[in-house]
Amino acid sequence: MKKLRLIAGVLVLGLSMAACGGAKVEDDSAAAPSASAAGSAGASAAGTVKIAINGWVGYEASAAVVSHLLEKELGYKVEKVTLAEEPSWQGMESGDVDVIIENWGHPDLKKKYIEEKQVAVEAGSTGNKGVIGWYVPEWMAQKYPDITDYKNLNKYADLFKTSESDGKGQMLDGDPSFVTNDEALVKNLKLDFKVVYAGSEAALIKAAKQATEQKKPLLMYFYEPQWLFNQVKLVKVNLPAYTEGCDSDPKKVDCDYPPYDLDKIVSKKFADTGGKAYELIKAFQWTNDDQNAVADDITNNGMSAEDAAKKWVEANTAKWQAWMPK
Amino acid sequence: MVSAPVQVAPPVQAPAPVRRRLPRWVAPVAGVVAVVALYVAFRGKAVLPHDDDATVFHWLNDARDWVDANRNSSPIFLYVVNYLRLGVSEIYTLIQGALVALGWPGLIGLAAGLGWLAGGWRIALVSLAGFAGVGVLGFWEASVDTLALTLSAVVLSLLFGIPLGIWTGRSPRVRRIVTPVLDVMQIMPTFSYLSPIVLLLLIGPASATFATMIYAMPPAIRITSLAIQRVAGVTVEASESLGATGWQTLRKVRLPLALNTIMLGVNQTIAAALSMVPLVALIAAPGLGVDLLRALARVNVGAALIPGVAIVLLAIVLDRMTRATAQRRDGGGRARVVRWAGFAVLTAAGLVLTSVLAQEFPEQWHVQLVRPINDVVEWIETHWYTFTGFLNDFVAYGLLNPLQDVLTSAPWWLVTAAVLVFAWRVSGPVAGVIAAGCLAGVAALQLWQHGMETLTIVLVASVITIAAGLALGVLAARSRWFAAGLRPILDAAQTMPSFSYLLPAVALFGNGRFTAIMASFIYAVPVVARLVEDGLRAVPATVMEAARSAGSTDRQLLWKVQLPMARGSLLLAANQGIVMTLAMVVIGALVGAGALGYDVVAGIAQQEDYGKGLAAGVALVLLGVMLDRITQGANGRRSPHKKRNA
Repeated sequence: MKKLRLIAGVLVLGLSMAACGGAKVEDDSAAAPSASAAGSAGASAAGTVKIAINGWVGYEASAAVVSHLLEKELGYKVEKVTLAEEPSWQGMESGDVDVIIENWGHPDLKKKYIEEKQVAVEAGSTGNKGVIGWYVPEWMAQKYPDITDYKNLNKYADLFKTSESDGKGQMLDGDPSFVTNDEALVKNLKLDFKVVYAGSEAALIKAAKQATEQKKPLLMYFYEPQWLFNQVKLVKVNLPAYTEGCDSDPKKVDCDYPPYDLDKIVSKKFADTGGKAYELIKAFQWTNDDQNAVADDITNNGMSAEDAAKKWVEANTAKWQAWMPK
Repeated sequence: MVSAPVQVAPPVQAPAPVRRRLPRWVAPVAGVVAVVALYVAFRGKAVLPHDDDATVFHWLNDARDWVDANRNSSPIFLYVVNYLRLGVSEIYTLIQGALVALGWPGLIGLAAGLGWLAGGWRIALVSLAGFAGVGVLGFWEASVDTLALTLSAVVLSLLFGIPLGIWTGRSPRVRRIVTPVLDVMQIMPTFSYLSPIVLLLLIGPASATFATMIYAMPPAIRITSLAIQRVAGVTVEASESLGATGWQTLRKVRLPLALNTIMLGVNQTIAAALSMVPLVALIAAPGLGVDLLRALARVNVGAALIPGVAIVLLAIVLDRMTRATAQRRDGGGRARVVRWAGFAVLTAAGLVLTSVLAQEFPEQWHVQLVRPINDVVEWIETHWYTFTGFLNDFVAYGLLNPLQDVLTSAPWWLVTAAVLVFAWRVSGPVAGVIAAGCLAGVAALQLWQHGMETLTIVLVASVITIAAGLALGVLAARSRWFAAGLRPILDAAQTMPSFSYLLPAVALFGNGRFTAIMASFIYAVPVVARLVEDGLRAVPATVMEAARSAGSTDRQLLWKVQLPMARGSLLLAANQGIVMTLAMVVIGALVGAGALGYDVVAGIAQQEDYGKGLAAGVALVLLGVMLDRITQGANGRRSPHKKRNA
């Protein structure tokens, strides 16, 4: 019974803490990037940075290096929030996310959260060039040279049949939350395929490896930067060329993915009050090879993200020192 | 198909009928023939193919946009919803802060102290070992977050659940209203209510706490209500005749007498809350679920199993603690002094160590298990490949695809009518109408095709699960030796969080529907087997004797006496098996099982799919209610204790 009273007290306290004018979501005091520094043990004096972790290892590599520098060089505490891409943007509004370290386009979200709601701002390019496309294993491109033109895909649809593809060819996609137009592409290009979601990057990688080793046919969604291209040869299928605006209506897309200049997004609040942490993140810029090196260590060399980041930081002092706030 | 146990009832041959009646099998067979004939005649007509552009989805998207635009201006949000969010996240922050402030030795000491208080040195030891084990596995911080989230949800669930339980316990009218609501809360696949909660409360610990409460509160209400009802009328009358007011009777008579049972409710609530841990990680709840999800994305079995084990350890400690409290008999004053002294000593010892030892759980104490586990998995993967591939293809081509073809190519009205008639026959007219109504609802949501796809997976998985559970249960009921060997395996399988099962299934069978089926198989078989065993064991020995002395063989005994007499338990087993399978099949969307579950995942992850995801969540609830009503059967009333929670 005593406990109940205590809780009731806390509730009243919590309610009265917010002013009587009604509660807006940004009022959430715990959301301020540096406000949660005091109190919880282990937090350092500089404050806490909440970095969203999206579900592919390249992202994790960038996040690991930035976190390492924030913690070891600037004395911040980093909270990694594992989230899908769109919920990460929502986290900027709710105060659960300060930083998205690798954003793939998302013009619709930029419009909503940067222009309309004004809870997020752009923090510049990561230097990584992003490519999304459809790939087949190299042996298929050798055996069926014309397969790399989308117009010939229907001719080979039978090869790609699986138990999950309803008698059509299987177009293997990744995590349902990834940037993808594939269902619209299949429909609008009149391909006799069905999009099947493998569920994750790891599942795609596994499929690519099996397809290469066991010479199994495979058509899949994939992307660069990606360490796998150093291990397994994949050939890109040519979709109708991308032209400005051809992908503006998600239901009517019938062209290839645009080239992506991957960029960083931070919450408005973090941009205003993030201090040195914000400056570092704004200055962070590296190459696809850099990212692949760290991602490769995480995935294939049995290193934790922290260790892989540490290794890269130790070997590339000149690069990261250029990012450091003066 | 669903009612397999019903069909094993022996065909009753009417003894020397006066008036010749049609044999009992005629009606069902005629029904089946009619359905088949209609299917052949109308195949491919009135089908409802999936359309991503359905109007319902657009409406829901508009609703979402409205909420998004008015989150900071509409009075409902300014004065109610946002305060809820604020208050709950305040509670979470408070509890989490307190647990962290204790330090790891302090928290272990406190746990041991509470264990001592609850049940003496045994429980103290369990708590000590359990909490230390979590640290040794290398997941101390995440476990503290999970514990904090679980405790916030449990405290809030009890805060509202116990008074509500008392109320329902005392008023039959309230009970009639509350019971079906609780039914739905428990049948709903937990996945389905994430989107609406996220829409209202955004992501974060607050919405995670709410999602957990929806699942964790029903046991608290049900068991409290049951406990209050069970307090003997005589006792209450005695108290009243002595002039006690209603409030006094409640506080001094009813509650103390019901207290032990209510503690069981607390126990169930905690178990239910812990089972939500992996799921709420999808909406940015911190804790062990995050590690589980990340391992899932990397298809790393070892890395997923370890946080799973950590959740199990937390579950065991909290379970033993609350169970011991529920069973405790108050000793004399001396015993009480010993209890509190022990509690104080253990807690103080922990707190003293906190100030001495390192802040973080020492890394050199961690045990590395990920690699050995993955080595085993890799070995199985490479060596069993032909077998697992064959199994996958057999189920997909032999069962899933044909059934899915039939369900999606049949006219929707035919499927609905067949369900109506079937449910009517098995469980009565009310169940029939509700089941058909639910199915019509799925059609109205414009998710018919995906609904049928989900139904296909659920049906196949349920048949496999129930068949295996039945076999195991029968064997366990016949041989004590077998039962003793089976029990610990079932116990372990039952406490692991359901998400952990996806991983071994993915490793063995790759991504797809069969993986979801295997995961739900591991998840639901223990419960089915246990219910079947309990049911068979409950057949009175005298009946068995009588049958045996009448010359029945063992086989006859099983088929003609035991199984028919255990009909209630079998129906309950089927019901639980199906409801649990549905929950798991939906989660299977994370590993490529598609259909409605995928719609829900996509709805959380892609904003243009939001409406579809929300509609899919509702469709899942409808499917759940439908399957539940069909299988609840004539006497298969579910008891709250048996709902599987962990």
